Amino acid sequence: MDQALQHLVNGTVLGGTYALLGIGLTLIFGVMRVVNFTHGELYTFGAYMTYALVSLLQLDFFLSLLLATLLGVALGAAIEVLLLRPLRGADIDSVMLAMIGAALVLQNAAMWAWGGVAKLVPTPFGGTPLVLGPVSVMPLRLFVLGVACALLLGFWLLLERTRAGIAMRATFQDSETASLMGVRVGWVSTATFAIGSGLAAAAGALLGPVFMVSPTMGDLVGLKAFAIVILGGLGNLPGAVIGGFALGYVEEFGGGFVSTEYRDAFGFLLIILVLAIRPQGLVALKERVG
Amino acid sequence: MLTRRTALLTGLALPALHRTGFAADPIKIGMTQPLTGSVAASGNYVANGAKIAVDVLNRAGGVLGAPIQLVLEDNKSNPREAVAAAEKLVLRDRVPVMIGAWSSTFTLSIMPKLLEYKVPMVVETSSAARITTSGNPYVFRIAPTSEMEAVAFAEQLAKFSPAIRKIDFLSVNNDFGRGATEKFTAALQAKGIGIGRTETMTPEATDLSAQITALKQSDGDTVFLTTGVEQQTLALRQGVEQRLGKRWVTTGGSFPDALLANPLPAGNTSYHILFYAPWFPERAPYPAIAKAYTDEWNKHGWEFAGLTEGFRGYDAVLTVVEAIKLAGRAESEAIREALWKVKLQGVNGDIAFMKEGPAGRESGQNKPNVAIVTLSEGKTGLL
Repeated sequence: MDQALQHLVNGTVLGGTYALLGIGLTLIFGVMRVVNFTHGELYTFGAYMTYALVSLLQLDFFLSLLLATLLGVALGAAIEVLLLRPLRGADIDSVMLAMIGAALVLQNAAMWAWGGVAKLVPTPFGGTPLVLGPVSVMPLRLFVLGVACALLLGFWLLLERTRAGIAMRATFQDSETASLMGVRVGWVSTATFAIGSGLAAAAGALLGPVFMVSPTMGDLVGLKAFAIVILGGLGNLPGAVIGGFALGYVEEFGGGFVSTEYRDAFGFLLIILVLAIRPQGLVALKERVG
Repeated sequence: MLTRRTALLTGLALPALHRTGFAADPIKIGMTQPLTGSVAASGNYVANGAKIAVDVLNRAGGVLGAPIQLVLEDNKSNPREAVAAAEKLVLRDRVPVMIGAWSSTFTLSIMPKLLEYKVPMVVETSSAARITTSGNPYVFRIAPTSEMEAVAFAEQLAKFSPAIRKIDFLSVNNDFGRGATEKFTAALQAKGIGIGRTETMTPEATDLSAQITALKQSDGDTVFLTTGVEQQTLALRQGVEQRLGKRWVTTGGSFPDALLANPLPAGNTSYHILFYAPWFPERAPYPAIAKAYTDEWNKHGWEFAGLTEGFRGYDAVLTVVEAIKLAGRAESEAIREALWKVKLQGVNGDIAFMKEGPAGRESGQNKPNVAIVTLSEGKTGLL
């Protein structure tokens, strides 16, 4: 029982960060119909910016997290304006190839700038875990979970309660009609890509100090983000949150109770099952593509 | 007439000529290491060790009257990339001899290419037994096998207090991790130690919470951790988070140096099987050689703890250059034959190859020395 409780806590913490990863990716796909292959690299960018601000510039840890996220927003906006805007109207294959190219450039730039050796980011949180009965968790992980939940809530409020959110949702549902209703679809695309990128950078900024920061840290994360989005349904925001937590729990309980050797395989087994039973994802409605 | 362009080119060339002072073309040594990817820290340390060995040897006159040139290729912590790197070194750079490739998986993936192109390779790190027992006469390993490491560790069991009674494993799921688990199980079982759980992780995994929670269920007192520097650091940190409460012993010669500057809380002591302990050069088999290597490394301002793995590259270059000297020419087959005659003093101790593997197709295997270093609150000690 103690083991199950510990796995439940671990899975919740892991799931919260997965949800944060998934939501940025699914938002960009939902609004722009762009598969963002730079998602993992933006995650890496956020982590390195935190490292640079905290370790090299000696800035406050919490301020660094905020600045790293804002820098991620700025990088995302730059990618949209410089790369995606000229390709607006191009076929999906061209856009995908451009995004894969951008991901390779970003990863190699990180290798060139920081070298291949992983870095640890110092934090103001102690190294001693909080003990809650039979389970324990690091204060840093609880902080990350709290911030992830706050970001998810803030993002939901932005979408549901603001004019910008209404514009995004309108573009999400039907960009042509939204444009006819006066929504500046081009601006919405830039803002959406910037916010999605900022969420990826925020995830990197939060998780970099939990793990380690390296140029290739985004590879596995990018793959997981795609898994989460497919699990929840492409372009579905609640689906990304549910998919994130589902993946966290399946990996944690599968690894802990069946075999750690196949920990990652359990997540992908779940995806195969979901795709076989509900090809549109756990939450999304059926949609005709093409 | 001396044009501006000629003067500029001469100006650029002069320092290079002054630096080398050699008339002959350089003799190339190929090296492939994981300079990026999941085990990049170790690969960079080994590459740095090789670079300073080349600098030291070139300052002393190079080999056969020619300067030594290290041609370094990144294998990106990936076996497919390791093969591509080896092919590039042989086919494009035309190196007569190679050094590589850190992980057993990368080394094993390259080995068929050594046979195909008939180029010898000095293996500086990999520990899987198959590397020297599979019948590849182009392989010469200066690193210990997992079995050598396990046997050497078993001889030091009495130094642990409280005594080790039952062990668990957390190993990276590749040839390196599986090989170490198998050999440490055999060596320690023979000493009457109980064997508990074995948990594995992919080389890229960063969240090890499921593995550590599972290990917590075992009544073992010690966990043997086999993986690269990055996952060692993560496992030790996450072990504290999960209140694992067991002794960690890392295998394979890597050291989680990030924990020197960012130590674990008081009361957490970990043990590390290393092949060179740079904090105690006076305890090395040849202190003068160890000190020269350590001083040269420190001149570059590189991370001190990288010395624990950098020596592998340093000793590997010394070995290859000694073989070239004995061969009298930089040709693959002559170097391969000369490697059997190498008798050298390195940072780790004596380097000489004994035969392993099927008769007629033997590989060379060195018998290195092993040290156990403790790490507690950012401070190291020698067990």
